[in-house]
Amino acid sequence: MSTLSAALLVLADGRFPAGGHAHSGGAEAAVKAGRITDGASLESFCRGRLHTAGLTAAGLAAAAAAGLDPLGLDAAADARTPSPALRAAARRLGRQLTRAARAAWPSPDLDALAAARPRGAHQPVVLGLVARAAGLGPLAAAYAAAYEAVSGPATAVVRLLSLDPFEATAVLARLAPEMDDVAARAAEAALRAFDEGLDALPAGSAPLLDITAEQHAAWPVRLFAT
Amino acid sequence: MHLDHPDTYPHRHTYSAPTRPDGTRRALRIGLGGPVGSGKTATVAALCRTLRDELSIAVVTNDIYTREDAEFLLREAVLPPERITAVETGACPHTAIRDDISANLEAVEDLEEATGPLDLVLVESGGDNLTATFSKGLVDAQIFVIDVAGGDDIPRKGGPGVTTADLLVVNKTDLAPYVGVDLAGMARDAKAQRGELPVAFTSLAAEDGVAPVRDWVRERLAAWTATAP
Ligand SMILES: Nc1nc2c(ncn2[C@@H]2O[C@H](COP(=O)(O)OP(=O)(O)O)[C@@H](O)[C@H]2O)c(=O)[nH]1
Ligand SMILES: [Mg+2]
Repeated sequence: MSTLSAALLVLADGRFPAGGHAHSGGAEAAVKAGRITDGASLESFCRGRLHTAGLTAAGLAAAAAAGLDPLGLDAAADARTPSPALRAAARRLGRQLTRAARAAWPSPDLDALAAARPRGAHQPVVLGLVARAAGLGPLAAAYAAAYEAVSGPATAVVRLLSLDPFEATAVLARLAPEMDDVAARAAEAALRAFDEGLDALPAGSAPLLDITAEQHAAWPVRLFAT
Repeated sequence: MHLDHPDTYPHRHTYSAPTRPDGTRRALRIGLGGPVGSGKTATVAALCRTLRDELSIAVVTNDIYTREDAEFLLREAVLPPERITAVETGACPHTAIRDDISANLEAVEDLEEATGPLDLVLVESGGDNLTATFSKGLVDAQIFVIDVAGGDDIPRKGGPGVTTADLLVVNKTDLAPYVGVDLAGMARDAKAQRGELPVAFTSLAAEDGVAPVRDWVRERLAAWTATAP
């Protein structure tokens, strides 16, 4: 398992230049539909996302960090992403992360994945490979994915609703124990996937996020790409 | 873990290198920033019209919450549609051109791939306040566009765009008489803020009004071609 490393802070920093700032993780659609209106509803939204799409992403990231074949994981990510809009976004974000990571932690594995998937591999898979290049292990990779699953929407809602930024940060802090749990489960599943195959990885999904992502992609006017 | 010597390939993965992977000189990238409504899109359109017969050009727009700039350029048919790309900026236009340039770099790369080799890529910012500037990792030179209707105190107030842009454009001079703006005073203030850096006064409403900007772009391009392989 990974040792504690500051590289995780660099990777999980919201300012890491990998394109995340243009995405709300479904929060923009939820705000428009009136499902996120304040700190409490933001917390419910983030909790739902963490335990579904977040857990799935964390499992993929942990598996890539553990050294499972990234192309197999990329196919597994496709199978776990029914929404075409979200597939496209995940690949685009994966490509952007690859760009930033090849400057930060150059690695032959990243070069090889970039060559095999020039339009981008799924972001969680790339994230796991980047974690590996940065000397981090599966658990750290799962943490980065789990944190991203909730920090993106929280930041977006501060912009969308002018929500008090202290309240948004308090939401993230309250979710920290659940992020611990999700990361641990994801890392554990990644190790099982070595023996049992990729089906051992989490495949949670949030149908409403998939449906609203498709609708959001068709809006003529929006602040965020997803 | 594979460690790279930072000096061996200083630009290897950062895309600011002046050459393409095959060693040829990549397109010159020029950013256009400045407040909303100052005339950035109009300048891009005018530059495309006047330069498209001599240069291979593409445009990236960074709209804040619509695709209007890109759609305007498409409607005006200043370039074929495959040469114009809109980047979504997530409610934060300056982030996309300065702090996290990955989406813009991707757009530039895709345009090169689909329509290249290109001579010139124009990147229009979504329009922001006076502090927004382009990262050097994204563009080779930047133009900051303000207009006389925004008030004649903007050059005096300075800010990174006004003071450091490679070219300051003061647009809509045709409106100066109507808004009671002192152009000579603006020129003096700009000089005080910018020293030797150039300033162009333009009216895109006039025939060939973009000429001073076009001439500057030609100079930059000549310098770019002369230095890079
Ligand atoms: N009178 C006048 N109007 C201009 C000039 N340049 C641009 N405009 C108009 O100003 C408005 C905003 O221009 P636009 O290029 O969209 O600004 P942007 O937000 O900076 O891209 C449009 O209606 C233009 O037609 C100019 O030199 N004179
Ligand atoms: Mg514009």
